[in-house]
Amino acid sequence: MRITSGARRCGGLILVLALTLTACSQDTSEPANTQTPEQITMLTHDAFAVSDGILQDFTNETGIEVQVLKSDDAGTMLNQAILTKDNPIADVVYGIDNTFLSRALSEGIFEPYTSSSLSAVPESLRAGDLATPIDYGDVCINYDKAAFDSGTPAPKTLQDLTDPVYNDMLVVEDPATSSPGLAFLLATIAKFGETGDYTWQEYWRDLVANGVKVDAGWTEAYYSDFSAASEGTRSLVVSYASSPPAEVYYSEVPLDEPPTAVITDGCFRQVEYAGILTGTDHAEAAGKLIDFMLSPEFQEDMPLNMFVFPARSDVTLPSVFAEFATVPDHPETMDPALIEQHREEWIQQWTEIVRS
Amino acid sequence: MRRPQRIGDVFLVGVPLLFLAYFFAYPLGAILTKSLVANGRLDLAPFGDVFSRGTLRGAIWFTVWQATASMLLTMLVALPAAYVFARYRFRGKSLMRAAITVPFVLPTVVVGTAFLALLGPTGVVDLSGTVWLILIAHVFFNFAVVVRTVGGFWGNLDPRLEEAARMLGASRWRAFRTVTLPLLRPALAAAGSIVFLFTFTSFGVILILGGLRFSTIEVEIYRQTITYLQLPIAAALAVIQLIGVTSVLFAYSSSQRRQAIELSLRPSEEVARVPRGLSDRLVMSSVLAFTGLFLGTPLALLVGRSLRTGSGFGLDAYRSLATRTSALFVPPIEAIRNSLLIAVGATLLAVTVGMMAAVIVAHRTGLFSRAFDVLLMLPLGTSAVTIGFGFLVALGKPIDLRTSPVLLPIAHALVAIPFVVRTAVPVMRSVRQDLRDAAAMLGATPARVWRRIDLPMISRAGLIGAGFAFAVSLGEFGATSFLARPASPTLPIAIFRLLGRPGTFNEALALATILMVLTALSMFAIERFRFGEVGEF
Repeated sequence: MRITSGARRCGGLILVLALTLTACSQDTSEPANTQTPEQITMLTHDAFAVSDGILQDFTNETGIEVQVLKSDDAGTMLNQAILTKDNPIADVVYGIDNTFLSRALSEGIFEPYTSSSLSAVPESLRAGDLATPIDYGDVCINYDKAAFDSGTPAPKTLQDLTDPVYNDMLVVEDPATSSPGLAFLLATIAKFGETGDYTWQEYWRDLVANGVKVDAGWTEAYYSDFSAASEGTRSLVVSYASSPPAEVYYSEVPLDEPPTAVITDGCFRQVEYAGILTGTDHAEAAGKLIDFMLSPEFQEDMPLNMFVFPARSDVTLPSVFAEFATVPDHPETMDPALIEQHREEWIQQWTEIVRS
Repeated sequence: MRRPQRIGDVFLVGVPLLFLAYFFAYPLGAILTKSLVANGRLDLAPFGDVFSRGTLRGAIWFTVWQATASMLLTMLVALPAAYVFARYRFRGKSLMRAAITVPFVLPTVVVGTAFLALLGPTGVVDLSGTVWLILIAHVFFNFAVVVRTVGGFWGNLDPRLEEAARMLGASRWRAFRTVTLPLLRPALAAAGSIVFLFTFTSFGVILILGGLRFSTIEVEIYRQTITYLQLPIAAALAVIQLIGVTSVLFAYSSSQRRQAIELSLRPSEEVARVPRGLSDRLVMSSVLAFTGLFLGTPLALLVGRSLRTGSGFGLDAYRSLATRTSALFVPPIEAIRNSLLIAVGATLLAVTVGMMAAVIVAHRTGLFSRAFDVLLMLPLGTSAVTIGFGFLVALGKPIDLRTSPVLLPIAHALVAIPFVVRTAVPVMRSVRQDLRDAAAMLGATPARVWRRIDLPMISRAGLIGAGFAFAVSLGEFGATSFLARPASPTLPIAIFRLLGRPGTFNEALALATILMVLTALSMFAIERFRFGEVGEF
């Protein structure tokens, strides 16, 4: 009696296992028709998102299906692409930014490709024929408008942040673990320089003296310490120029204007690139996907999905962006090769300064 | 003496060994070789680099220190609760036992926000920047490990042994110290070893709550790999981590051989009793109150925030999760489905492989069995970055599994197997041989002996292990985030994504609340599961 009941249990387990396996395998291999359409794979970071149907439009136009593979962030993705260089796991990579670009180029993971739409992208965003700029975003100091309503005016420049009036107000992210954290460090290096009478190191010593707080990542800085988004006490945070429109867009109660604003001095421009991976068997299809990513349809879809600015300067921005997003006139930038050369050294120097 | 059964042994060793060899040892070896061997020559210079840097030496020391402290503290704090769950019968017990597992599966980013709110600058006490914040968070996460592993075993210990000591005049404390504690030692060591490994490779807690002052080997491996792309140094750190974990595990497994005591285990339903008298009730209610407060406060804070709206409280965040403007882009039900599907797969894998392996670890002696035991535990003490990238390097041929969805349950099972093995082995070892011999003498076949004597006792341990495996998979984030995975997210990944955008904090916590409820329900269901009539243990 027990044997049969045990056998039935076992049968049940096997059935569940079989179902799980079929369910899993169904996710990958859609039954093909008589003619299999060409399929390409795009490796991207976790923040990648597009509106429903956009990739289907691409398939309808070209007959090419796109499978999206997600990875954690740009650094993880770059590691994955480098480690699988000899036998790539994807055909296209999207989302490597200018802080990692140089390494991607020197590792030779990209095949040359020049999209016909590249002419619509400003010269300042372009980076040769190996990587195609798709979008950009500016890392800027955000402030809580309510905190500066009366009395103290909001700071206007990076230098203002060292003013004792803003003591204990700023929270930043650790550049060793956070992408906006690294961008902000690079902005200060680009702005104050490594030589001269006031270097970036001195600037950071002043920030430390003025009570700057360092968090591990954007989530902790924004959602634990920033007074506009949490119970925290810090009214200045390193975030993005697109954060104020996101606050309006995602708000559960309709807002007339964002609770936060951006300081346009000392912003660092992060540019995200797409590239065709060397060794792909679908180079032509991959090129078409990159063309599509630079098409007005895709470019106009990006802002509200990823909260970035389209690389093309000739597309219409959604109203929430047009109204509430700030584009700094003179963002800080830096040669990707210089970043690659000094990244570790700068972060270590920074850590020494901030730890003391 | 029990004769090794050759063919059975080969099978019991072979399946787990193949699984671990292909999905753990081979990927690990491949990534380490790729990082440390250049032009056919082993480059040892990165090791010199590691030891010449103060920060890295500091991280190694702090890793060992905090793991030991976290382990001891978790034992101390969770043992009373293990006792209460093992010995007393009270209303809502199974529901509470399911609920205490919730912290264990929550993503560290989520718990981090609760801890920073409660124990940060604006909280009840400001512990930010101190090591206490890390240690308390580790206790919070691992509380269930001790309660379930030790409590599960304790619940089958015959209370008459302790009662006899009391009868002979021993005080309650003395009876516990001289009778119960020695008998509990295998389960204590099992729970301790898991907590040690878990905190040894602690990443999110250290990063979020430790600030710039504290760093572990795991955090440094992440920085060296992801931020600096210094694979050789990361690989050297991974080797050091591996050596540390292996030596601790060898020490652990040899100590266990000497301690195994055969016991008359009894069904937990017979052992647990309704509290008698004032002192019983006082002990029980104060322990339960502490447990509820300690585990419940951060959870309540998170749930409360998920219900906050612009003008008060409501379900706005839950509603907006289901709309297209949600930053999630997939209906939450899809993330739930993914997580459950993967968890079922991971649990079946982990229980199958883990229980097979546990039989060998429990009943065979000698160096091979010990090494086997260590190998089973190693994935828990190995860096998630290293394993994740190892998969990419190793699993391209013959079948390309590098981006396959089956890799997720496999990666989760690797982390879950140690839980299955560690909950099963103490019980398997304590099954009395004379019972088996008696049954065999009466003509029972070995299979029948196992089914009638061993199975009833180990099925309960198996269920506890299965519950752990399920929970491990539901909450797994580390290894998952380093794989190139399908676009459709698991729950922790989806929560992480929402926490990475402005304006979506409440949605993230709403999804985290869904994960909590899902965990509690699954644990409850798994605990209810019974293998026919043998489930009363």
